[in-house]
Amino acid sequence: MQASVPPLRQRATLIIGAMLVLAIATLLFAGMTGSIRVPLSDIPDALRQLASGQPDSLSASLLDLRASRALVAFATGGALALAGLMMQALLRNPLADPYVLGVSSGASVGALLALLFMASALVVDAAALVGAVGVALLLYLLARRDLRGGQAAEGGASMLLLTGVIVSALCGSLVTLMLSIAPEGRLRSMIFWLIGDLAGAPLRLAPWIVLVGALLFAMRSARAMNMVALHAENAVTLGVRVSALRKGLFFVSALLTASAVTSAGSVGFVGLIVPHACRFAFGPDHRVLIPAVVLSGGAFLVLCDTLARTIVAPQQLPVGAITAMIGAPVFLYQLHRLRK
Amino acid sequence: MTTIATHDLRLAIGGRTLVRGLDWAAQPGQCWSIIGRNGAGKSTLLRTLAGLQQPDGGAVHIGGRALPAWPLTDLARERAFLAQSRHDAFAYTVLESVLSARHPYHANRYWEGSDDHQVALAALASMDVSELAARDVRTLSGGERQRVAIAALLAQQTPLLLLDEPANALDLAHQVSVMGLLARMCREQNKTVVMIGHDLNLASRISTHVLLLMGDGRWHAGTNEQTMQAALLGDYLGHPIEMIEHHGRRIFIPKEDQA
Repeated sequence: MQASVPPLRQRATLIIGAMLVLAIATLLFAGMTGSIRVPLSDIPDALRQLASGQPDSLSASLLDLRASRALVAFATGGALALAGLMMQALLRNPLADPYVLGVSSGASVGALLALLFMASALVVDAAALVGAVGVALLLYLLARRDLRGGQAAEGGASMLLLTGVIVSALCGSLVTLMLSIAPEGRLRSMIFWLIGDLAGAPLRLAPWIVLVGALLFAMRSARAMNMVALHAENAVTLGVRVSALRKGLFFVSALLTASAVTSAGSVGFVGLIVPHACRFAFGPDHRVLIPAVVLSGGAFLVLCDTLARTIVAPQQLPVGAITAMIGAPVFLYQLHRLRK
Repeated sequence: MTTIATHDLRLAIGGRTLVRGLDWAAQPGQCWSIIGRNGAGKSTLLRTLAGLQQPDGGAVHIGGRALPAWPLTDLARERAFLAQSRHDAFAYTVLESVLSARHPYHANRYWEGSDDHQVALAALASMDVSELAARDVRTLSGGERQRVAIAALLAQQTPLLLLDEPANALDLAHQVSVMGLLARMCREQNKTVVMIGHDLNLASRISTHVLLLMGDGRWHAGTNEQTMQAALLGDYLGHPIEMIEHHGRRIFIPKEDQA
């Protein structure tokens, strides 16, 4: 049997096209769904009003609210999924997620500290960012040798992983400490931040810039990521600058994670199950996975957030609770199928 | 022209010197076997020759140019390296893993071309693994995985091949055919092969040259006839060895203890 030349490019175009349609469909769905339904026929007119900056009709103002929240969800989900994919390639472990190295725990410490002192929303976001970046830099200093590769054993990056797990545990204990001394009145906002919540998350340009920049970096490195996923350190003998790639993956995924948790809190499971499910469906080739993961991660979180604000309306659930409730069973199912 | 050469190379591990003052060179068409005990520095030497680790002294030159002076992609078109073991974390197919060896030829393109597919399929066929092309590498047996890894090495199409125990996990028939293929590539395509092996009879059959490592700094390099001598091999391997002639072939067997 001779395998014919597989039409890789056509297959990739098809997959990405389908994911793009799916992503747009979920955004539309999010715009239509809520306490007052916006019919699909009103959407074009409402979009026109939004584009002209004059949301006069009810449909237009509803769409304005829902669309900005859905766009935050999309950027957050896409960023988390891409960060997870990069982390999995960096650690050569399909079960790694963007939180495994403790970048989000650092953000939690910063955000909770700010919430404890009743800081404004902007200060909370800034503190989360500082915490995330601080942990990323600390990890980099401690595990610099591992990122550089070289003498590290095959498989590599074990030093980075262990350091991350310990730093993460340390941040976790600080979070517990702050929760235990926090006054009753502030506990609720702190817990919602920890679970991950998109209510009141402002639509900003920065997360989109980070996401697009990271996507460009990832697409440029897609082939090299395949090489490192396949050959680890030995990818050097195929002309890949492994240490530079590792540093790039580390910093870009840390930046993505920081940007995502800063706007939405630590939403769990997106960075783990979306890359995992995409790899399961489309194969491990990063040239297909990278765009697919961003689109499906964004769509997944938009869908979860729509559920979070409608399922027990008028009560709103934190989106992190929904992703965990969907994510954990899906992950267990995938893991089980993998074993067979 | 010399393919690969070392100048006053020193290798050490944990403060212990493995190889001292190695001045050695391999020419096109030569097939070298590196022989020595466990821990004698064979893999360390091969990894140093491949540029995966820095020597503790001296230098390695490929094509007359010191290793650090080579751009990585250019170097990847000059020499290929087969690692001793590999760990597959992701479900790449056999074909994808062999296509990855074409990376140095189109690092700037996003997709491989059909010429790359032809090279990969030919390499799979030469290793007798064509029917595995669509299989997940993690589901292969040890011997199948080894043949796929060697197929990737061939698909890299380099004049210099460095192999760490290529016969590892192969059944008898494939040991003979893979070794025969390597020897033929040296003879007919003027390639240079440097490999590590523990089977003296395979090494004696296909190598043109042998490099013996003692593990305490001493080494001995020479042609097959000069180095494949029972006394010398016994000295370097730490066990007395007998040589017998059989149908014009030299067979090496370890001496039984006279208990």
